Amino acid sequence: MKKILPILFAIALLYTAGCTKDSDFLNVQPTSILTNEQAFSDPAQVLSILADLYNRQLDFSGLDNGWASFADFSESFPSENGSAHIVQRNEWGFDAWNTWDYGYIRDLNLFIERATVAKALSDADKTRFLAEARFLRASYYFEMVKRMGGVPLITESLLYDFSGDPTYLQHPRAKEHEIYDFVISEAEAVKNNLPENPNEKSRVTKGAALAMITRAALYAGSIAKYGATTPQVTLPGLEVSIPASMATGYYTKALNAAKELISGSAGSYALYNKKPELAENFASIFLDKGNNPESIWVEDFKLKSGRVQGFTVSTQPRYGAEEEEGGRINPSLNLVESFEKLDNTYAPVPITDAAGNPIFYNNLSEIFAGRDARLHGTVILPGSSFKGRPVDIWAGYQLADGNIITGDDRGAQKTLPGQTAPVQVVGFDGPVSSKEFTAQSGFYLRKYVDPTPGAGSRGTNSEVPFIRYRYAEVLLNAAEAAFELGQADAAAGYMNPVRARAGLTIPLTAADISFDRIVHERRVELAFEGHILFDMKRWRLAHIVWDGNKMTVADLLGNIGSATKRNTQPYGLWPYRLHDAASVNNGKWVFRIVLPALVTGANRFRLGNYYSFIDDNIRANNPKIVRQPNQ
Amino acid sequence: MTIDRIILIVVVITTISCKKDNYDSPNAHLHGHVVYKGEAIELEYDQVRFELYQYGFGKTGPISAVFAPDGSYSMLLFNGEYKFIIPNGQGPFKWKQTPQGAPDTTVITMNGSQELDIEVTPYYMIRNPQVTASGATVSGVFKIEKIITDASAKDIESVSLYINKTQFVSGADNVAVKTLNGKDIADLNNVHLNVTVPNLNQTYLYARVGLKIAGIEDRMFSPVTKYPFRK
Repeated sequence: MKKILPILFAIALLYTAGCTKDSDFLNVQPTSILTNEQAFSDPAQVLSILADLYNRQLDFSGLDNGWASFADFSESFPSENGSAHIVQRNEWGFDAWNTWDYGYIRDLNLFIERATVAKALSDADKTRFLAEARFLRASYYFEMVKRMGGVPLITESLLYDFSGDPTYLQHPRAKEHEIYDFVISEAEAVKNNLPENPNEKSRVTKGAALAMITRAALYAGSIAKYGATTPQVTLPGLEVSIPASMATGYYTKALNAAKELISGSAGSYALYNKKPELAENFASIFLDKGNNPESIWVEDFKLKSGRVQGFTVSTQPRYGAEEEEGGRINPSLNLVESFEKLDNTYAPVPITDAAGNPIFYNNLSEIFAGRDARLHGTVILPGSSFKGRPVDIWAGYQLADGNIITGDDRGAQKTLPGQTAPVQVVGFDGPVSSKEFTAQSGFYLRKYVDPTPGAGSRGTNSEVPFIRYRYAEVLLNAAEAAFELGQADAAAGYMNPVRARAGLTIPLTAADISFDRIVHERRVELAFEGHILFDMKRWRLAHIVWDGNKMTVADLLGNIGSATKRNTQPYGLWPYRLHDAASVNNGKWVFRIVLPALVTGANRFRLGNYYSFIDDNIRANNPKIVRQPNQ
Repeated sequence: MTIDRIILIVVVITTISCKKDNYDSPNAHLHGHVVYKGEAIELEYDQVRFELYQYGFGKTGPISAVFAPDGSYSMLLFNGEYKFIIPNGQGPFKWKQTPQGAPDTTVITMNGSQELDIEVTPYYMIRNPQVTASGATVSGVFKIEKIITDASAKDIESVSLYINKTQFVSGADNVAVKTLNGKDIADLNNVHLNVTVPNLNQTYLYARVGLKIAGIEDRMFSPVTKYPFRK
């Protein structure tokens, strides 16, 4: 009987402890999922959510989305056999470059809605987070409008009510200029909520907002103006094309935003000018992470953090590289010859004299002397060095009778006439025809290729950031907008500092500024930064420059500096050493223009490429989406 | 159960089940040419597209295809009703449009195979092209007839004589080309083009005349001519 008490006690305990809290007991918060309120309770937590949104920004050429996005448009030859299709196709598919990531837009909208109602955040934090998210949303809409034209403008999260009728979620495409207006007005609205800090590069700042306004307004202005030359590239609802009457308004906005940034109202940005050697200085813009005054907004990377990029592994000069890998981007002669001479004139790279006889050079680099320093800063030329070690680019020996002795492998050896022992007859970096990773155009890329030890090794990679906006582009935007507004004098004033940094110290005058000059300056300054496609599209030059006709050598050498010059196939320039003991020129260098053997296609930009294809599935799901013109 | 019996069962199941879950392949053959008054219009390889739509099966997307260089097309379809369009901006010709500017449809009812020519209105026609070779020089003589002469008429931007080693002959695929700008054409009834062909290790070549119309992307072509070539 004495045992009954503890039993009773235990039962009583079970009833009181077990029964009263029944509902609470079962209703347990999951430990692996945060509620919105929890997620938006702590600034560090919110920043990590925002970091994901930053990471999902889309770049045309990113250092971490493959080298091939840099290699197209005849500005370079892709020296990797698996990518030869870039120079073998005759046209781009209508779906090239398309993007339609409304999942990302939804996540941005949700972030904005949740951060707006968050109670635990301080006002200062909240303001900055919201400004950043709105910037990122505007930036992605900008990316979409560049590629697709007007798209549905969704600025709040959409919720399906499961009624079986989703038509209320189907939004038509906005007009093209409405998207540009949205990008500009959002950036205007948030610019003063962003920090004025030129040293903040990876999070957006007031400088980034102004830079985005000037670029977006410039794009819209030029589509309005030059869209008039392609009346076929329009839609009656203006989802594609902008009325010509709006051009002046956009150019004015572009110029004003650029002026605001140049005046220092967002902090002191400046052209990078830290190194005395001009070409090295230009290359360093893209490599120097310490207080770089030129970069405005970047996609950043950090060694040993898991967020590194392998661009250098893909593109470094192959010979002597860590792990012997690289060499994939070979800039074309088309681009190389477009760098001006120091007297502001254009000329082909001189391989023959006026009488048509070959010119013999004492060394490999002499032929490129006296040109825009950006040439050396963008391209690794034969006879120049990378990481302090000379690259080995030369194609073979030329004999007295003009015949060539060369090898079919890197650094191959053969016995020359009159000699007994074999000698090296081709460079270790090539060029060897159709041999991947050699410099098949005779050139390697320097821009963004990181000389830091380890950057070219797969296990380490590089932490060089990709610059999305930089100060020189803002100056060129200002120059173009001023030129289009009839202020050629101001345009020259904006353009000259950019040119002076490249060693072109004879200033351009107002009379020198022309549309061709503007086009040319952007091409050489901003090469391999993801601009050329969008520039050619907005000027409606793409279908002229990439017209699908094969290029002759006469096409290549003529009309340098003309905006409408054909550019459909990447040419190369191969150095040969003269082997002719009887000649005074024995041992000197001659150059030949070659079309790399793998180049069989000619780029053709069809009118239907101006605005990328909207997938049939998207249009089937939402019949309000009108299709792109000319497809 | 012997092994024979197992094999028998497997064979029976395999043969029976195949019939059950497979559709018949499409077997109605739709083919023809894109024509103007019965004459086929010659086009560039893989450039001029057309689309068929079939409604009533859930989501609607186009069945897209391209016209061959000789203007022909060919598709295998299921029986049923289809709507045919040539999208705006395709081809060196006018395709009928709705008042709103969308491409108008032609209804095609498939009930077995059929041959159907697609009638369009070209801006120009290349008439009576003749290609002759003498040594390394190839010359083309032809006549240009302007078909559309009303307010929507368009000028000739240029004419080109293309030579290639294969029967794909166009701006992108050629070994030699000679182009004459439209404003330099003196007489539309007698256009001459001469081109010098580089040294090729081939005893025959293909030639074709292409006509670029101002403001229209796709070129009009003459039929591909194969001719003997000796240098």
